[in-house]
Amino acid sequence: MSGPSSMRTPLARVRNLGSSHSGTKDFWRQRLTAVAQVLLIVPVIIVVIMLLGRNHAGAAQILGSIPIAVILLLFIIASTWHMKIGMQIVIEDYVHNEKLKIAGVMANNFFCVAVALASIYAILKLSSGV
Amino acid sequence: MTARIERPLSPHLQTYRWTLTLAMSIIHRGTGIALYFGTLLLAWWLIAAATGPTAYANVQAFTGSLIGKLIVFGYTWSLMHHLFSGIRHLVWDLGYGFKANEREALTWGALIAGISATVLVWIIAYAVGGGR
Repeated sequence: MSGPSSMRTPLARVRNLGSSHSGTKDFWRQRLTAVAQVLLIVPVIIVVIMLLGRNHAGAAQILGSIPIAVILLLFIIASTWHMKIGMQIVIEDYVHNEKLKIAGVMANNFFCVAVALASIYAILKLSSGV
Repeated sequence: MTARIERPLSPHLQTYRWTLTLAMSIIHRGTGIALYFGTLLLAWWLIAAATGPTAYANVQAFTGSLIGKLIVFGYTWSLMHHLFSGIRHLVWDLGYGFKANEREALTWGALIAGISATVLVWIIAYAVGGGR
């Protein structure tokens, strides 16, 4: 405890104590990752267009460059996080059976983490030139 | 005994009058779900590039086929629509655009911008990538 409890504001007392024990973090992160993607979408589209019609050697060389790898890494982190939160909201809205809902939320987490990790691993491998 | 007032307790699509903003709300979710699974295509493409020429050629064969092109076109529109529809939501989050005319303008704007951006991206893609 830091200081007398009477010094704590009502907001400080309820913070992190919602039904999910995480307050409004998901709401904030959904917006944070949305804005990140608004900023990243033009560079990402440019990268994709740069790769069109190229063979593997040409594509691998472009994807291995540091600025392009960083743009894609940031986009993958922002988009997989964004879609994890979005799908969880959809599941919580429409799946009313408690156990099915928990299974759905878990599967959603597994899917998003797997897609993120596989994509990140691929980009790092391309960057290391192996 | 008081008369029981029949009213919806939670959103049900059947009980609401169809409006543009309602349709766009559904489309925003729909495109979000489409993008969720569409990300598999992006992941497959990156993994193939990291794997080798044969794997990469397989992805190119798929994205070059008619069904592949349709999926990528659908993915592009979903992305562009979700982007502009999402920007509209960020404007609302900041507290702007709630008057009836502003709300309609924002919603039409997002719908038209999503379609226009999709067409523009594909024109640029063909102009740049088509020659290679």
